[in-house]
Amino acid sequence: MLAQQVLNGLFLGAVYALFAVGYTLVFGVLDILNLAHAAIFTAAAFTAFSLAEGAMPLWAAFVVATLVAGVLGILLDRVAFAPLRRRNAGTLAPLISSIGVAIIIGAVLRAVYGVDERHFTTAGLDSAPAIHLGPVTFTSVELAIFLSAIALMVVLSWILRATTLGRRIRAVAEDRLAAALLGVNLERTIAATFFIASGLGGAAGILTGLEYNSVTLDMGAPIELKGLAVIILGGMGSVTGAVIGGFIIGAVETFAIAYGLSPWRDALVFGVMFALLIARPSGLFGKRALRQA
Amino acid sequence: MSPLVEFYAKHSQLIDQIGINAVLALSLSVSLQAGQLALAQAAFMGIAAYVSAILAMNAHWPLPATIAAGIAASTLVAAALAFPLRRLRGIFLAIATVGFGEIVRVFANNLSITGGAEGISGIPNDATTPVIYGSLALVAVALVVLSRTKFALAVTLVREDEHAAQGVGVDVGTIRLLSLALGGAIAGLGGALYAHAAFFIAPGDFGFARMEEILVWCVVGGVTSPLGAVLGAGLLSILPEAIRFLADYREITDGIILLAVILFFPDGIASLWRRGAVRVKS
Repeated sequence: MLAQQVLNGLFLGAVYALFAVGYTLVFGVLDILNLAHAAIFTAAAFTAFSLAEGAMPLWAAFVVATLVAGVLGILLDRVAFAPLRRRNAGTLAPLISSIGVAIIIGAVLRAVYGVDERHFTTAGLDSAPAIHLGPVTFTSVELAIFLSAIALMVVLSWILRATTLGRRIRAVAEDRLAAALLGVNLERTIAATFFIASGLGGAAGILTGLEYNSVTLDMGAPIELKGLAVIILGGMGSVTGAVIGGFIIGAVETFAIAYGLSPWRDALVFGVMFALLIARPSGLFGKRALRQA
Repeated sequence: MSPLVEFYAKHSQLIDQIGINAVLALSLSVSLQAGQLALAQAAFMGIAAYVSAILAMNAHWPLPATIAAGIAASTLVAAALAFPLRRLRGIFLAIATVGFGEIVRVFANNLSITGGAEGISGIPNDATTPVIYGSLALVAVALVVLSRTKFALAVTLVREDEHAAQGVGVDVGTIRLLSLALGGAIAGLGGALYAHAAFFIAPGDFGFARMEEILVWCVVGGVTSPLGAVLGAGLLSILPEAIRFLADYREITDGIILLAVILFFPDGIASLWRRGAVRVKS
């Protein structure tokens, strides 16, 4: 029973972590809260759904829709953030312009897909065989989702640590002006950051859609705010923190459900977040972690 | 029927809504003018809406008494929040207050006295147009009077530079507490009016979507003045009705307008009027 709950928490947490990593990456690099992240999460899920309906294999639909989400991220930056960056507009303006883009993306999705829930019809998705491993049970689909999320986070960590792009991203996060003086192309680095962050957010959306085999217009609403709890827990701007925070929030939620507190689980999640913000606003890891990644 | 009466009969619901929205926008503008991105207005609104609805339904209190009780409740909660929030600024304050709002929503969803997810229906529909606009006028007058006091000066100082404010003897903590409580009180008024104009309330009415809406009104109108908040709430409430022929594209036009205002008129629509005035003078 306990082992099963831990496993459920890990499965849920992996997707939270994946979503939050992109959220926090943008904050770490640009000091802005991107409220269109959840809209891209949803858009990617619908894109993957359409591609899979078009007889594309599920894995290919996943890859293509993730790339589409990344490109959407670059567009988002060009439309909503780049113009404000040029005039140093502070924190409130980008928050509002990202809400504007989120509304537009939501409206486009509604116009294209209507308000009905969509399901992937790929064969075998709902009848995936259960795997019994000691005290725990899970399906092969759940396992694939979990492993995809982990793999993407490992790749991100490698990019940030070991590649020139990663070094540039960290340099811009540390000090935008100094990085520019040292010859880092700011706009290109920021575009790459948005491509990666939105790609990961989109991947989280596709995986969430597959996990419950349900794609809806409002699927991004719960994770948008829970993602905030995750990045606060880990420390705004900390990628490692977001991963750990994702698993903690996943565990809190699963255990709340297991102990019959299901209706109260969101209050628990945000209670933890609120308490941590008051006691330690820099979170468990603080912003430094991205810079040292 | 005279044309005016006819117009009112046709649009009274929208007219009431605009008045309530303006009160809500004013409540947020009070925090924003103190430089605090505190986004719990929807929660304060909800607390007062539930308190006043429950008192009207279960205890049969008259309207003014239920409104007063609702305002008292939301003001107390807002003031109590000031202490834990005292060290938070900017985005962190915004996130903490959004989290608080979610907690309030979960409570409304699960308590039996609030009617759970189904909410409360059959609330006496006694917040009439004169009551709503009388309240709005009262708030506006109070804010104008307040803007001529030393309190307003201290608020401006705190917004521009907390350390400098402290340096000249302004008690920053008290100013933050007072502006949060004042915002909570006005949001409470808006919430109580909402409950008595809507007939029906549910937890979803006071969630993050509502908070976003209030924030958008303020920013589109202009965060630097209360006038901007009222203007933003008014224009954005009328717009969907005015461009009915665009009904299918309503959401997308909302998003585009929001984006255009923030990109091209950073100080909001209210600043256009001021810009125009300056140009005429020069």
